[in-house]
Amino acid sequence: MTTEWPLWEIFIRSQHGLAHKHAGSLHAPDAEMAIKNARDVYTRRNEGVSIWAVRSADISASSPGERDALFEPANSKVYRHPTFFPMPDEVKNI
Amino acid sequence: MYAQMVDTGVRQVRGAAEMTAEERSFQARIDADVKVEPKDWMPEAYRRTLIRQIQQHAHSEIVGMLPEGNWVTRAPSLKRKAILMAKIQDEGGHGLYLYSAAETLGVSRDDLIAELHAGKARYSSIFNYPTLNWADIGAIGWLVDGAAIMNQIPLCRCSYGPYARAMIRICKEESFHQRQGYDIMMAMARGTAEQKAMAQDALDRWWWPSLMMFGPPDADSVHSAQSTQWKIKLLSNDELRQRFVDQTVPQAEYLGLAVPDPDLKWNAERGHYDFGAIAWEEFYEVLKGNGPCNRERMKTRVKAWEDGAWVREVAMAHARKRAARATAAATAA
Repeated sequence: MTTEWPLWEIFIRSQHGLAHKHAGSLHAPDAEMAIKNARDVYTRRNEGVSIWAVRSADISASSPGERDALFEPANSKVYRHPTFFPMPDEVKNI
Repeated sequence: MYAQMVDTGVRQVRGAAEMTAEERSFQARIDADVKVEPKDWMPEAYRRTLIRQIQQHAHSEIVGMLPEGNWVTRAPSLKRKAILMAKIQDEGGHGLYLYSAAETLGVSRDDLIAELHAGKARYSSIFNYPTLNWADIGAIGWLVDGAAIMNQIPLCRCSYGPYARAMIRICKEESFHQRQGYDIMMAMARGTAEQKAMAQDALDRWWWPSLMMFGPPDADSVHSAQSTQWKIKLLSNDELRQRFVDQTVPQAEYLGLAVPDPDLKWNAERGHYDFGAIAWEEFYEVLKGNGPCNRERMKTRVKAWEDGAWVREVAMAHARKRAARATAAATAA
C-alpha cells in the first residue's frame, strides 16, 4: 500500500512582533509531525520563533479570474491614501 | 546547472501570429515580467516543461547528497563533520522546496519520485562521479556548488512564481556551500605536499565534469529557445559556462593549483578566458546511465525509499487512528 502524506502549508513568525508569513509547504502525516518537519525544512538558520501548520486542503483561495472584481474597485479610491491631500508647508505636525 | 537539456515538447518556437489569444496574453504577461502563479492559465507545454525542469533540479539535490554522504564518517575533524552534515541537510531541504514547487503544477510527490526511480526523470550528470578522497568534498563545494549558484541566481527571476521563490531561498543558503568547499581546498593546498597533491587530484577530476554541468552548447536548440521565450531559462549554457570559468580560474590560481586544461588562457581581446574542447561524448554517456556511479546512485535511492516505506505507512496509520479517536471522543461528549 502506498499512501502519500498530506500536504501542509507552513507559516513562520520571524521575530517577536511580526506576523506569521508563508514559508512554503511540506508533507507530514499529522500536525505534530508537520511542525517538527517545518523546524528542519524552514528554520535551519534561526528564521523563526513560531510555526503555524495548516493543511493545504483547508485553505480557500481567490481565483485569478476574480482578480478584477475583487481588487479593481480599490484603484479609483485614491483618497484613501494620505498623499491625496496636499498640505501647505506652513502647517506642521500633520 | 542542475537541469540539463530539458525537453519542451515543441518543434519550433512560435511567433505571436501563430498563437491562440490565450497564449498571446500569457506571453504578453511573461514579456512584462508578471509572475505566473499556480492557478493562472498556462499553456500545457509550459506546465509540462516546468515539471520536467523543476523535478530534474529536485532530484539532483537529493541524489547530490549521496557522494557527500560518503565522507561523513571519515571527515578529518568534528568541525568538518558538523559542517558537512549541515551542508547535506541543506541539500535535502533544497530538494523539498523544489518538489513543493513542482507539486503546485498538479503532480504528486510520489509520482515524481517514481519517475526518478524508473529512470524516466533525470538528475544532473555531475552526481554520477565518485568522491575518492577528502579533497573531493572541497572540490564539490567550490566547483559543483559554484556552478549551481551560477545557474540558480538568474532563475530567481524566472517566470514561474513558486520556482523563483524556491530559488531565492536556495541561493541564500548555497553560498555557505561554496565557501565551505573553498575553505577545505585552502586548508589542503596550504597543507603537506601530499595534501596539496590530493587537492590537485580532486581539481583534475572535477574540473571538466563541472563545466559539463551547464549542458552542451545550446545556440541551435529549439528547447532552449522556447524556454528562453518563457523565461524559465535566462542565460545560455555557454554564457553561464564562460562566467564560471572566468570566476573560477583566479580562485584556482590563489590556491596554487593548476586547472587541467592546456588550452586555457586569458584572451584580452574578448575579456574572457579561452578554454579547451569539452568531451561531450562522456557527458552523453553519463546521461545514458553509463557514468562511473549511475547504477550505484539509483540503487541507493531506491533502497532508501523502499526501506522507509513501512515508516511512512505506520506514521499515516497512527495519524488516522488518533484522528478517528478524537472524532469519536467529540461525538460521545
